[in-house]
Amino acid sequence: MARLIGKDPPPGPFRPEFWKSPLRGRALTSILGISLLVSMGIVTITGFLSHNAYEPGLPHNAIVDPSRDLPLLFSWPTHPSWLYALTEGLHVTIGLATVPILLAKLWSVMPRLFLWPPVTSPAQALERLSITALVASAIFQIATGLVNAQYWYPFHFNFVIAHYWGAVVFFASFTLHFCLKMPTVLRAYRERGLARTQIEDPLAASAPAKPTISRRGLLAFTGAGAGLVLVGNGGQALGGPFRKIAFLAPRKQDGFPVNKTAAAAGVKPELTGPDYRLVLKGGAREVSLSRDDLLAMTQRSETLPIACVEGWSATRRWTGVRVSDLARMAGVPDADRVLVESLQPAGVLRAASLNGSQLQDPRSLLALKVEGKDLSVDHGFPARMIVPALPGVHNTKWVKTMTFRKTQA
Amino acid sequence: MIRKLYGANPLHFVGHVLAFALIGYAAVQIAGIRAAGNMAVWLVGAVLLHDVVLWPLYSGADRAGRRLLGGAVNYVRIPLGLSLVLVLVFVSTLLNKGDGTYMRVAGRGWEGYVRSWLLVTAGLFVVSGVVYLVRRSRR
Repeated sequence: MARLIGKDPPPGPFRPEFWKSPLRGRALTSILGISLLVSMGIVTITGFLSHNAYEPGLPHNAIVDPSRDLPLLFSWPTHPSWLYALTEGLHVTIGLATVPILLAKLWSVMPRLFLWPPVTSPAQALERLSITALVASAIFQIATGLVNAQYWYPFHFNFVIAHYWGAVVFFASFTLHFCLKMPTVLRAYRERGLARTQIEDPLAASAPAKPTISRRGLLAFTGAGAGLVLVGNGGQALGGPFRKIAFLAPRKQDGFPVNKTAAAAGVKPELTGPDYRLVLKGGAREVSLSRDDLLAMTQRSETLPIACVEGWSATRRWTGVRVSDLARMAGVPDADRVLVESLQPAGVLRAASLNGSQLQDPRSLLALKVEGKDLSVDHGFPARMIVPALPGVHNTKWVKTMTFRKTQA
Repeated sequence: MIRKLYGANPLHFVGHVLAFALIGYAAVQIAGIRAAGNMAVWLVGAVLLHDVVLWPLYSGADRAGRRLLGGAVNYVRIPLGLSLVLVLVFVSTLLNKGDGTYMRVAGRGWEGYVRSWLLVTAGLFVVSGVVYLVRRSRR
């Protein structure tokens, strides 16, 4: 084995003289590393917040097996109403904009992939293994996230589950890498202004070529790439007039996007016609209401955003009946949980549970109208949920039954 | 002693044990999901995508560009690089990949995206060309 590996590196990238760029070095990698710490830090935190916003602890909400999930759940608030639009808009848009930063960072450390000999100590072997997990999970998360946000599913696994466990691998390896490399970053900061010949730097080329671009130029190039993606996609998260600027955003064309049409959801016209009845359960007896009965109740209007996990949002004025009024009507006025089921016959997202603060929030509505007009069938006619700061798909459309429960004394 | 045998501070080892405990837990969960093998292929592919496909491609292209264009290389590599970043990020929209699903769930198709990308690319090259001409005339 020793003879096979030998002392002299094989030709090509394993030899130091292969690497000629004068830009590589601790300073460049440190700046890119800090940029990734910020961007991927935001993406990681907002990603776990989104997992939590789905309230996987409540019936019918979990997509990741709750018995195996990490015990990090808290009750998702309803204030401010744009909370989920903000966290998820950041998650998707910053996630996409991280692509050029990640590419530049990987380029800056490429010589480290071709170390010779590949392993010199147990510590280094472990660290190289953790870096493999870091690079694999970082690219996996970004790649699956960006194709999913564009409705392309070139994989056989469930996106939500794979993206969740991929995030756990990323979080662990990213945190470790941060702890191990922060001293190096601080050292690069202390060494700023020193000539490269004065510092010992394993990332720097031993015989650098003449530069074709400055370090500042490369950073500006990377930043311009991130900025272009931000502009190209960000408008769909902000909504309104900004949507038109988002020249490549999947939802640039829709002022008021539809996530799933009635036809795709299998909600047939006869189900939403005059025979439609909303059934309220949970009390001593079931209550059945036609759409006219609902329209005869006290109508409330709220201006609330609907924000999709895929990173778009749209703010509209919704009109309908307070969910808390329906709880009272069902005979469970102090309900702290409601399971809302759709006319949609199948699919994971045909039902969703709300927590107590969500269903008792006075702004939470079973909406019948939007912008003063009846909902279109693709937006959930005859009636749909709209709850402040709730992930878009949990605002169940074509509501068929609502089961109110009081679980705590 | 430990430092000499292991090759780093003991805290380095503790950090790796903690991280690998969490990674190991996630790996066990991944092994239990539907199409776990496919996810494993994707994780390995993620590393190969960069190290074996993207890196040789862009560094080879860059080397060729430097040889061909000399001092003017930045006026091509910057607009081209930015344009290719857009392709990488919006790959499925530009290749019309999610079109069927998008049409089915949202009642829409991907119209006009390639045109937007071409327009932005053209704009980047125009800006770059103007900067090149202005700088050359000043010299």
